[in-house]
Amino acid sequence: MQNHPVYTDNDPQSELSTLNLGPTHPATHGVFQNVLQLDGERIVSGVSTIGYIHRAFEKIAEHRPFYQITPLTDRLNYCSSPINNMGWHMTVEKLLNIQTPKRVDYLRVIVMELARIADHIVCNGVLGVDTGAFTGFLYMMEQREAIYEIYEEVCGSRLTTNIGRIGGFERNFNSRAFDKLRAFLKSFPKTLKEFEGLFNRNRIFVDRTRDVAAVTAETALSYSWTGPLLRAAGVDYDVRAMNPYSSYEDFEFEVPVGDNGDVYSRFLVRNEEMWQSLRIIEQALVKLDKEPGDIFHADVPEFYLPPKEEVYNNMEALIYHFKIVMGEIPTPTTEVYHSVEGTNGELGFYLVNDGGRSPYRLHFRRPSFINYQMYAPMSRGMLLSDAIINMSSLNVIAGELDA
Amino acid sequence: MAAIPNEDIVKAIGDKFADAVTVIGEPYGLLTVESGREQIIDLLTFLKTDPSFKFTFLTDITGIHYPEQEKQIGVIYHLHSLTTNTRIRIKVFLADGDVHIPTATVLWEGANWMERETYDFFGVIFDGHPDLRRILNVDDMTAFPMRKEFPLEDPNRVDKKDFYFGR
Amino acid sequence: MSDIQLVDAPAGVEGAGFFATSLDKVIGIARSNSLWPLPFATSCCGIEFMATMASHYDLSRFGAERLSFSPRQADLLMVMGTIAKKMAPVLRQVYLQMAEPRWVMAVGACASSGGIFDTYSVLQGIDEVIPVDVYVPGCPPRPEAIIDGFMNIQELVKTESLRRRNEPKYQELLAKYGIQ
Repeated sequence: MQNHPVYTDNDPQSELSTLNLGPTHPATHGVFQNVLQLDGERIVSGVSTIGYIHRAFEKIAEHRPFYQITPLTDRLNYCSSPINNMGWHMTVEKLLNIQTPKRVDYLRVIVMELARIADHIVCNGVLGVDTGAFTGFLYMMEQREAIYEIYEEVCGSRLTTNIGRIGGFERNFNSRAFDKLRAFLKSFPKTLKEFEGLFNRNRIFVDRTRDVAAVTAETALSYSWTGPLLRAAGVDYDVRAMNPYSSYEDFEFEVPVGDNGDVYSRFLVRNEEMWQSLRIIEQALVKLDKEPGDIFHADVPEFYLPPKEEVYNNMEALIYHFKIVMGEIPTPTTEVYHSVEGTNGELGFYLVNDGGRSPYRLHFRRPSFINYQMYAPMSRGMLLSDAIINMSSLNVIAGELDA
Repeated sequence: MAAIPNEDIVKAIGDKFADAVTVIGEPYGLLTVESGREQIIDLLTFLKTDPSFKFTFLTDITGIHYPEQEKQIGVIYHLHSLTTNTRIRIKVFLADGDVHIPTATVLWEGANWMERETYDFFGVIFDGHPDLRRILNVDDMTAFPMRKEFPLEDPNRVDKKDFYFGR
Repeated sequence: MSDIQLVDAPAGVEGAGFFATSLDKVIGIARSNSLWPLPFATSCCGIEFMATMASHYDLSRFGAERLSFSPRQADLLMVMGTIAKKMAPVLRQVYLQMAEPRWVMAVGACASSGGIFDTYSVLQGIDEVIPVDVYVPGCPPRPEAIIDGFMNIQELVKTESLRRRNEPKYQELLAKYGIQ
């Protein structure tokens, strides 16, 4: 972005026009408004307005018991709900000092990596659409349906999954889930290879994306960028590698980095992350074979809801059920920060607990919100068409942006 | 590099700021300190620039409200040292009616929207902030919705009768 | 050769070499099979709409693959996702910009009723600001449900009078929302 000349009001030839981009513009993929000052096709300045789908998550969370906050986290980054769900579960487990069995960790890793693939499919597919190539998007969406079918086997839901419970999963994975997972592992690499073949060396695509919206590592860090955007700028910060959670330390994977943080590097980084996710899932399947197949939650009866048959037939289960639902189990009065590698970066949960059934204060560190604030400053001097591509490669998810 | 032991940070802060910065504790290994608003920028600058700490990454800024405390409004900073993989949490408490605190945008560009969000939710005024406006809520809102006294549900609703909900 | 199905002919009078029916019905059939939807996608349901449009579910089977991002040319406003109070005036503006005949579909719990977000910042259903024809439940609805809602819209379009906008009942409805 440094290369473009910036015209100002004092330029004798300038005649600025104002363009209102959003909040409902087909090119914005969400509800954000940018009021741009244009000199011809070049952006002179921009003002971002957000909050068009502000839903007061943090306020609701103060009124809900811990286990009812999971459905709220679904709706943060709804392209990869399971990562949010499990990030939240792990935060509560950290608060309550619950140790999850290895098998639970590996199952979680599988679901979270599937979610990462599903999210990157949308982001890179849509980036293709915005540069004028619809085919790649349709190919990849077919594979996303396959991922959704695996979710359905695990939790019965497609998009807002509410997958898992505090302490593990609500039920064990059935054999169809594993069958579908294996089928996906077989078919997805072909599609991804084809997708890369369509784009990576495509002259039009490279011309449209190379050196567009390049960001230096210093700028990215100063704006607190995380995730694929920061990695595209050359900083190898990945929460999975740096502060492993859910037994990520048992897996072998690489953290791809880009060179100059432009749209093209972000695209390549996301593609490579999909390959790495596949690698992780394959390792997890091997590791699962060595674990006892009937464990799918930690043994914490005071926080994990018992199965319904037990509640009706077993006094102890009934008591626990009552205590959990009525919130009569004491929790530590303390505070905890836990972060996971969301698809857009470090997804953090800052939970202040006062010992009650619901959090005293819950704050989400939402990567989309933090990443997006650079959009208006970095658009200065950019062509309008480049700014559109830049927006889709930022992968800003409105639910996560506005909370 | 290995993580910095919390004792080293506590000692270094103690040497530099004496009693102005107090240690609250280290829940789950994350060192938490409390500072006054006069020292906060100095403290952040020290942590960011000190060559052995390098807390160069601002993870988050947020607020909290304790209505029963004398200093009701808290501002909470999370810093991360990416080179040593150490985190630190800093809290500043402000009295209601005088919720001014210097802005951290002088140190990190990314503090801009985090501070705007904190202002929007808690009414904390960050002195010297380049553009302190509401960010998520509508501009003409007068209350600060994350304060505890503000109701979750819209009080103006007429279609929701209490007896439908057993209240 | 794939199995191509034609729309059934409407009820009418048939004789040797002629077929007579009312103009309403013919136009209704034509309209219902070439609706131009305007996707007003704000959140999660918008992602499910993406799946509805993509190859697996393929809304183009119902003649609606041509999305109209301009409200001026759109027939059907599909509101998908939470509408915050900040967004409500924008939604209303978009509705006002649409030309008659226009239909509205509220997709998902949030658009229908506010859903789980019973908060100070969320509009409790878009029917507070614009009239709605079909509500699709679900959080988010599955693509099948969105398609079902769309088919209900088609049914409405098919059976509706051409002069709907002149009916007193319709005028009354719009007046209730303060729309002329």
